[in-house]
Amino acid sequence: MKIGVLKDAPKTAILGLVIILIYAVLGIFAGQIAPHGETEIVGMEFEQWGGEFLLGTDNLGRDMLSRLIYGARNSVGIALATTALAFSIGSVLGLLAATLGGWVDQFLSRFVDMLIAIPALLFALLLLTIFGTGIVNMIGVIAVLEMTRVFRLTRAVAMNVVVMDYVQAARLRGEGLWWQIRAEILPNIAAPLVAEFGLRFCFVFLAVSALSFLGLGIQPPTADWGSMVRANAALITFGDITPLLPAAAIAVLTISINFVVDWVLHCASGLKD
Amino acid sequence: MHPLLKMILQRIALGLFTLFAISLVVFLAVELLPGDLAEQILGQSATPETVAAFRAELGLNMPAHVRYLDWLVGIVQGDFGRSLANNREIAELISVRLGNTLFLACYAAAIAVPLSISLGLLAALLRGGIFDRVINIVTLSSVSFPEYFVAYILLLFLSVRMSMFPSIADFGSEASLLEMMYRTFLPALTLVLVVTAHMMRMTRTAIVNLLAQPYIEMARLKGASPARIIVRHALPNALAPIINVVALNLAYLITGVVIVEVVFVYPGLGQLMVDSVASRDIPVVQATCLVFAGVYILLNLVADILSIATNPRLLHGR
Repeated sequence: MKIGVLKDAPKTAILGLVIILIYAVLGIFAGQIAPHGETEIVGMEFEQWGGEFLLGTDNLGRDMLSRLIYGARNSVGIALATTALAFSIGSVLGLLAATLGGWVDQFLSRFVDMLIAIPALLFALLLLTIFGTGIVNMIGVIAVLEMTRVFRLTRAVAMNVVVMDYVQAARLRGEGLWWQIRAEILPNIAAPLVAEFGLRFCFVFLAVSALSFLGLGIQPPTADWGSMVRANAALITFGDITPLLPAAAIAVLTISINFVVDWVLHCASGLKD
Repeated sequence: MHPLLKMILQRIALGLFTLFAISLVVFLAVELLPGDLAEQILGQSATPETVAAFRAELGLNMPAHVRYLDWLVGIVQGDFGRSLANNREIAELISVRLGNTLFLACYAAAIAVPLSISLGLLAALLRGGIFDRVINIVTLSSVSFPEYFVAYILLLFLSVRMSMFPSIADFGSEASLLEMMYRTFLPALTLVLVVTAHMMRMTRTAIVNLLAQPYIEMARLKGASPARIIVRHALPNALAPIINVVALNLAYLITGVVIVEVVFVYPGLGQLMVDSVASRDIPVVQATCLVFAGVYILLNLVADILSIATNPRLLHGR
């Protein structure tokens, strides 16, 4: 069954899946694959490509290739954790709002409306000023801001299911709230939520890398793609493309995820060409 | 009262209320600080006396609602208070930089809006063709790029390799308009590339949805030319969604500008905000946040009103 689905997938989706797999392997086995340590200073600053250091060295003389590989673990891992957090908060609140209705729904919806009225990046900057910059704060701030989008989607799709007869039946025969959510509602809204997870991950990933690029997110010496671009940006003025590599790594991953999400949405909506 | 006027007044009231709510959030967020502003700035080593004196200077002795009203009344009169970092008037810091940021955003919008609407229309007309497919892949990719990736690619090729444009978008105070446009071309182009993709996709979707409507089929069947169908039948109804998309993306420009300003060292509001976040200059961050949010709400408001005002169904009474 699984193989059959994959066989019908468009080429872009397969390409996307393969690339995501490569990133996952690089991230998980970064310690074994990378030729040098993450923060190990191995040579002069800004060494050329080739020779011992395949992609040269960075502004402090650390191996660029190794840091790129470790970046797959750090940047993607942190974005994944943030998305998971945003998703758990957003979907639980959304499901509660849809199932309970009444003042719970009103309160949560108005609260989310208020958060959404402010552009996310601005709000993130404001909160980071107050709580101070750093990884934990950044994860919290971005998770809360992205939670609002997940909440809206979950609430909207769950609303359509809550009014179904079988949910009413479950409620009438006295099933608890948790059982209603888990057994009756969740299986019916899983497909849009999975696609949303992919899209949210892209947004979170870009937001994290933007903040790190601005020097307000993941802090050195942790190898992270966003801050690596900033740290090595001076090389661009000499016509060297090395600082673009981490940015390209981000772009390739988000494009691949978009390809896969496109395909999942296409399957979920039941459309055939 | 005319229903149109009533609707517009409602939207303006809603916009003012949102702005008020945001000012409350921006103010209250600071109250979340562990301790208070004075303790945060002076740090652990400060003596209780200095903290108390500083607190009095900042007016932190008064209850929160009094301070909020003071702050709000000051802002309405154009007084944002003083920066903690260099003790300068925030209003003075912001005014020049806001002008610069708006110049950059308008410059980008003037190119991006006509470009993306015409490309979107074209993609909708030629849908399913090779042009449409290429556009689809290109836009999907450019939505996935971090802004600074686009910025640095342009910088590398147009500025460093071909030296056509300057890499630092700083201009003196007395540059002519042409000079300013030349110097800020790269940041403007970056913003254009970032927003065009999204605007174009949405324009295309809006038109494609409309073309499937029965009344378009009717127009086609009675023999109207394709150009007439688009301009006379489809476009009036597509204006509302298109205006909304344009406004949404212009609002996005306002935040996207933060990154682009940092890359090109452009003396705008975004750069000021990032610097202030790094140095935890809270009053400046609050002020810039409020100004950005104000522009954002204003844009959304204008879009709302325009899309109501151009809706053919509302313009002609029953």
